[in-house]
Amino acid sequence: MKSVFVYCEVENKIVAEISLELLSAGKRLAQKLGCPLEAMIFGKDLKTIKNQIAPYGVDKLFVADDERLEPFRTLPHAALATDILKKQDPQIVLFGATSVGRDLAPRIASALNCGLTADCTILDIGDHFVKKEKKEYTDLLYAIRPAFGGSIMANIINWDQHPQMATVREGVMKKEIIDDNYSTEVVEVAVDDILNEEDFVVKIIDRHIEESGVNLKESSIIVAGGYGVGSKENFQHLIDLADLLGGEVGGSRAAVDAGFIDHDRQIGQTGTTVRPKLYIAAGISGAIQHRAGMQESSLIISINNDPEAPINKIADYVIEGDLAEVVPKMIKFYKKNAK
Amino acid sequence: MRPLKIIVLAKQVPDTRHVGSDAMKPDGTVNRGKLATVFNPDDFHALELALNIKDRIPGTEVTVLTMGPKRAADIIREGYYRGADHGVMISDRRFGGADTLATSYTIVKGIEKLAPYDLILGGRQAIDGDTAQVGPQCAEKLNIPQVTYVEEIVDIQDDLIIARRRLEKGVETVSSPFPCLMTVHGSSPDCRSRHAKKVMKYKYARTNTELSSRKTDEVIVSLHEKRPYLTIPEWSVEDIEADLSKIGLPGSPTKVKSVESIVLTASEAKILSDSDTDIESMIKELIEHHTIG
Repeated sequence: MKSVFVYCEVENKIVAEISLELLSAGKRLAQKLGCPLEAMIFGKDLKTIKNQIAPYGVDKLFVADDERLEPFRTLPHAALATDILKKQDPQIVLFGATSVGRDLAPRIASALNCGLTADCTILDIGDHFVKKEKKEYTDLLYAIRPAFGGSIMANIINWDQHPQMATVREGVMKKEIIDDNYSTEVVEVAVDDILNEEDFVVKIIDRHIEESGVNLKESSIIVAGGYGVGSKENFQHLIDLADLLGGEVGGSRAAVDAGFIDHDRQIGQTGTTVRPKLYIAAGISGAIQHRAGMQESSLIISINNDPEAPINKIADYVIEGDLAEVVPKMIKFYKKNAK
Repeated sequence: MRPLKIIVLAKQVPDTRHVGSDAMKPDGTVNRGKLATVFNPDDFHALELALNIKDRIPGTEVTVLTMGPKRAADIIREGYYRGADHGVMISDRRFGGADTLATSYTIVKGIEKLAPYDLILGGRQAIDGDTAQVGPQCAEKLNIPQVTYVEEIVDIQDDLIIARRRLEKGVETVSSPFPCLMTVHGSSPDCRSRHAKKVMKYKYARTNTELSSRKTDEVIVSLHEKRPYLTIPEWSVEDIEADLSKIGLPGSPTKVKSVESIVLTASEAKILSDSDTDIESMIKELIEHHTIG
């Protein structure tokens, strides 16, 4: 059946953020195609999991609820997903480009003998004319991803082998609730009919997951510093401004490498991708890898000594000056004018 | 512990850290001829992990397997210099243009020719595509378990191997029976340096294609007659009995429709000075538009 399918990650009864983003991205594709959105989720204690997923507009949800399916292990998840996808035969399947999705999706793609595009940042629907066959293929997935260190964007398509699969980077797709009371049909997956002993030969002996306290993605205001901040002391100005505005502090890779700020606050292609309401870039020149992680911010303020800094080209406000003077002034005038 | 047979998958990659404007062909594929090549960094970590096991379990054999154009023989020589026992190259023009699905099919045909094996190690991902797909795809085709993002081998017993994996937000230790495939994370130890004696021993290692090149000295050719171990096996489509419809471009479902260079769109930024007036008026605007406050 023509449909868009999403693999949802779950741990401790909480659906992963990336999966909710994918459901929204998948819904937008399904609407363009005029087809249903379907999803699958494998874990334990999933009796009420539908409540977290339905609002994103899922028409059908395949739930495999079994003690042995959590934490994630490749073989049982791959076997279940492969079985479901073979029977449902969707057009498009999406996974998160996470440590789970990047492990699982290629195994499934190999089993289904289909194409898989990694780390997409844009998904769309479009057509393609194949010269050799003199044939126009319609309603294809455009899986668009940065390549070569972010210097180009490549549009990858697949017209002759179904399904078309892609992994999608975290934080790039907008989450959108369609309807809190959306009606979702739940299909319980008969786990024991599909899996056997051999799917459980890999055993998890020990597991330590550190929940990072930093939540850059959820913050609507981010004050970020680059190498140009110059010192850890100067970074304190940025922390003060972020605290005052109720935002989070982030940094470019250069700032992290220089030790001005912790690694878990890195923004950019190798760090977190953010899209806040306000992004203040202080002393950040704006290499493409950094811009890739913040260019969709609603409003960008660049504070930089160098009027030619690339980041100024995507900024809404450019303040030419020394951030050690500018940031304290911003704090002062905010305190004066805020009600 | 019994000795293991280990296959290390290694790739020669364009050095994407130094990309020129002529790096892409008009059809969107990589113009590999225009880029300097390097041993894929994560694959060096995989090689080190294999050599480390060889240190721990005498009698273990390490074979480096690579797929690529003629000049990828450098990968095999580099493997020898650092301690690999054997090297095999899969090379044929007809393998060109392969995506990850066709690549994994090709590599698996090579692995099957090398069988039996206990462990296959490869880097987590290659810097030319960063897809991290070929490892898991090979494991599926071989119908063996995969353990991705390995940073340390914790223990090896007769029938199972225990490894620690590096995940986004933590670590996980898992055990897997043999045979299995592991992809190795860059957080594992760096590869040891070249060994001077091994460089001496293998510096004239060549594939037959290289030997038949006019540039190759005849002294080297005659050396290969005396020391057969210097000849790097080079496998073609026929050697690995590959199905032509599953390799190269025909075997690749994903195709590049278009590539776009990223051009910065000129926006109408308001240029401000660091004067009190400029900054206060900006702050007032932001408050007025409810961006802050």
